[in-house]
Amino acid sequence: MSEIKKFMYVNRRAPYGTIYAWESLEVVLIGAAFEQDVSMAFIDDGVYQLTKGQDTTGLEMKNFSPTYSALGDYEVTKIYIEKESLEERGLTLEDLQHLTWEDEDEDWAEKDSIKLVSRAEMAQVFADQDVFFNF
Amino acid sequence: MLHIVNKSPYDRNSLDTAVSYKVDGDIFLLIEDGVYAAMKGGAAASKLDGCSVSVLGADIAARGIAEDKLIDGVSVIDYAGFVDLVEANEKVQSWL
Repeated sequence: MSEIKKFMYVNRRAPYGTIYAWESLEVVLIGAAFEQDVSMAFIDDGVYQLTKGQDTTGLEMKNFSPTYSALGDYEVTKIYIEKESLEERGLTLEDLQHLTWEDEDEDWAEKDSIKLVSRAEMAQVFADQDVFFNF
Repeated sequence: MLHIVNKSPYDRNSLDTAVSYKVDGDIFLLIEDGVYAAMKGGAAASKLDGCSVSVLGADIAARGIAEDKLIDGVSVIDYAGFVDLVEANEKVQSWL
């Protein structure tokens, strides 16, 4: 597989009520090993996946939220968050994890992975992709 | 872009979300419980205003939905038509 394709993972489920969020994260990390151009979108309840302060000890389920901060190391550096989905839920970017990556072309400068976009902008982001994985 | 929706609009927001990302030239294919959105007189039917819509014939038949119960302009397709739609559209999103 030599041609680099633009892969978009669309996340629209909250993290613990169903297995979608965790499965998506696992597929993203596996997919990242294939050197494709990976983006992630968080829309609808998907924005809840990235909230700070998750503690699943009472559920006896794995808290996979710290894993999102490793995405930058897997060169997953384009994380689109939809503004309307945050606002509908009374959230702001301050409520979410701060995800970054280090740019080796700029002496490992730390850069933001998260891009806050409107629904209309997200439609254009989608239009620019090659392959979709919806969760 | 082909948007495939398989959930009832009265149960999930999949159709609302899919439609909200519509750009020119997009097509909506309703399958499984997604077909209920295309029924005339349903509160969800207006969500499809201005959309190019197809439904899978086997799924409406299974649910007892006659073609004349569908909103105007909907194409009823078979499995081969499903394949043709996927082939004709460079990109596909399946809204779960």
